[in-house]
Amino acid sequence: MSISATASQPAPLGRRIKRFMSDYPLVPLLALLLLLVLVLQIMQPGIVNQRWIANTVKFAIPLALLAGCQTMTMLTGGIDLSVGTVATMAAFIVATQGVDHAAPVAMLIALVPAVLIGFANGIGVGVFRVHPLIMTLGTSLIGVGFLQVYQRTVIAAGAKVPDFLIWLGTGLTGGIPNALLLFIPVAALLIFIQRRTGFGRLLYATGDNERATRLAGVKYWQVILALYMFSSVLAGIMGLLYMGLIRAPSLSLAEPLVLPSVAAAVIGGTSIFGGRGSYTGTIVGALILTVLTTLLTILQMPEGARRILFGAIVLLVTAAYLRIVDDR
Amino acid sequence: MKHHFRRQGWVAGLFALLVALFILTKFIQPNYGAGDLGSLVRAVLPYAFAVAAQTVVVIAGGIDLSVAAMMALTSVTAASMMAGASEEYALLVVPFVLAMGFALGAVNGILIVVSRVPDIVVTLATLFMLQGAALLVLGAPGGGAAEWLKSLVVGTIPLPGLPDSVTAWIPKSLVLLVVLLCIVWIPLNRSKLGLSIYAIGSSELAAFRSGVPVARTKILAYAFAGLFAAMGGLSLTMSTGIGAPIPGPYLLASVAAVVLGGVALGGGKGSLLGPIIAVFVLRLVRTDLTLLAIDPNVTAIVEGSIMVAVVMFGAFITMRSRSS
Repeated sequence: MSISATASQPAPLGRRIKRFMSDYPLVPLLALLLLLVLVLQIMQPGIVNQRWIANTVKFAIPLALLAGCQTMTMLTGGIDLSVGTVATMAAFIVATQGVDHAAPVAMLIALVPAVLIGFANGIGVGVFRVHPLIMTLGTSLIGVGFLQVYQRTVIAAGAKVPDFLIWLGTGLTGGIPNALLLFIPVAALLIFIQRRTGFGRLLYATGDNERATRLAGVKYWQVILALYMFSSVLAGIMGLLYMGLIRAPSLSLAEPLVLPSVAAAVIGGTSIFGGRGSYTGTIVGALILTVLTTLLTILQMPEGARRILFGAIVLLVTAAYLRIVDDR
Repeated sequence: MKHHFRRQGWVAGLFALLVALFILTKFIQPNYGAGDLGSLVRAVLPYAFAVAAQTVVVIAGGIDLSVAAMMALTSVTAASMMAGASEEYALLVVPFVLAMGFALGAVNGILIVVSRVPDIVVTLATLFMLQGAALLVLGAPGGGAAEWLKSLVVGTIPLPGLPDSVTAWIPKSLVLLVVLLCIVWIPLNRSKLGLSIYAIGSSELAAFRSGVPVARTKILAYAFAGLFAAMGGLSLTMSTGIGAPIPGPYLLASVAAVVLGGVALGGGKGSLLGPIIAVFVLRLVRTDLTLLAIDPNVTAIVEGSIMVAVVMFGAFITMRSRSS
């Protein structure tokens, strides 16, 4: 009687909820997102309609794309802080080259620096084993320098954002943002890579235990090189999309999104030390941050107070989430 | 022993590089003299304090992304408190701001210890919070600074018994920097706390098992970083006479100089001397490029390339020594 009876005794409710949440880490995140939307609706009744949702999604997509770079690199225990510069370069170059060249050519030219910076990052991190934080900060510094020099050579030519990018970035088809045409395939690809391909498994494996992975015969530098080039190209594509959304070229276009992109990945449950995380969580994280920004804007607080709240909430959510998931 | 030699070798190499750069500077600009040295040190001051802050934290095995924001907050606090106030009042402002930096740094540490969130994420969050606080204190660049504070970083120190031609080469700002760093760093380095900081950076688990109070040490390491950041903020107010709520480029520079100075990002290794020399090297490179009349935008490319090249070189050397 005794053994089987104690085993079948239901665990306390709190513990069961906690276990459920750590089994399905997406549930508490989605609950938080719904809660934020609810608060928004209560504070400003009627704001949550189809147009608002479309707008939120439109602004969450660039953030989610950049956070995708962070998620991928964080899986191996790295981080890519050059994404802001790469995206800005792509955006600025496509706008200025759009004057002389056809849109597809301009877009291809715009992605060249992305490939180069990704290659440099990959070589530095993978072959020379520089800390990713330092390497990507360094390449982004170099990138900013090149961009400023480039800007002076084209300053007279003016700028023209290709119509296709504006359509993609700002357009709506039947109330649904066109940007989803780009985002859904990209997100599907990222999730597919992470879950179903050998490359994805190598990313988790290197993040989990790099030494063991090397001993198992994995060419570490090849994985890292491919990873950072992929991340950089993704950031470049995000830059093109963001140019279509903002439509005003500037030299610091995507920089303000870099730190939030790290925050989005971390809120979404990706471990900054590697080996754990998924892109689905990151997407919800990006949505949470976007809704949060709207919420703080509606509160009509001074800019300073808004930033304080933003930081506090990011910290709180991450801490609470880690408590729930790390059931050890 | 061999390791010890290698670490000293890195700092010695950096110092040689610094000397070579000074000679190069003199070669490019034969007029480069004592006055230019003074302005170099004045420009270095905020960077040096930011680097000192980052060094303490990195040795303890963490990283502090909020350094620049902390400097902005302490700078605007000092500037807005001193605006229109009497000279004597500033005597109270300085210790208050330093204590504030120490306390805010401790808050960083407490948040890291209590929330168990990685350092980089916590300080990222506090970066936003400190930035916001700085904007609340002072919406736009403004405020003021006491005259005696401003005069602390201008001019030279007259030493009795030495001719002017010698004292001209000892700018007040350099003395200020060395004195402040030594006052904090040497007792810290010699104390049990200093040893504990190296211990938790080297291996937190091993330190914990040897009875090092890991949580307390980590909090204090961040608190000292906050203290250095407050000195950096004060030095900004001293040299500009105002406070600006937007953080300067000090975060990136501090991380770069720490790595260049031979402090391992994993923690537990390095000292303050290397990073401080590295800051001088980086600033002097910038001066040289300006003297050579190179486009300031190209300067950013050169700086970034130097940083990346040096870091790659350092990583390459460690790799070679590990495999041999």
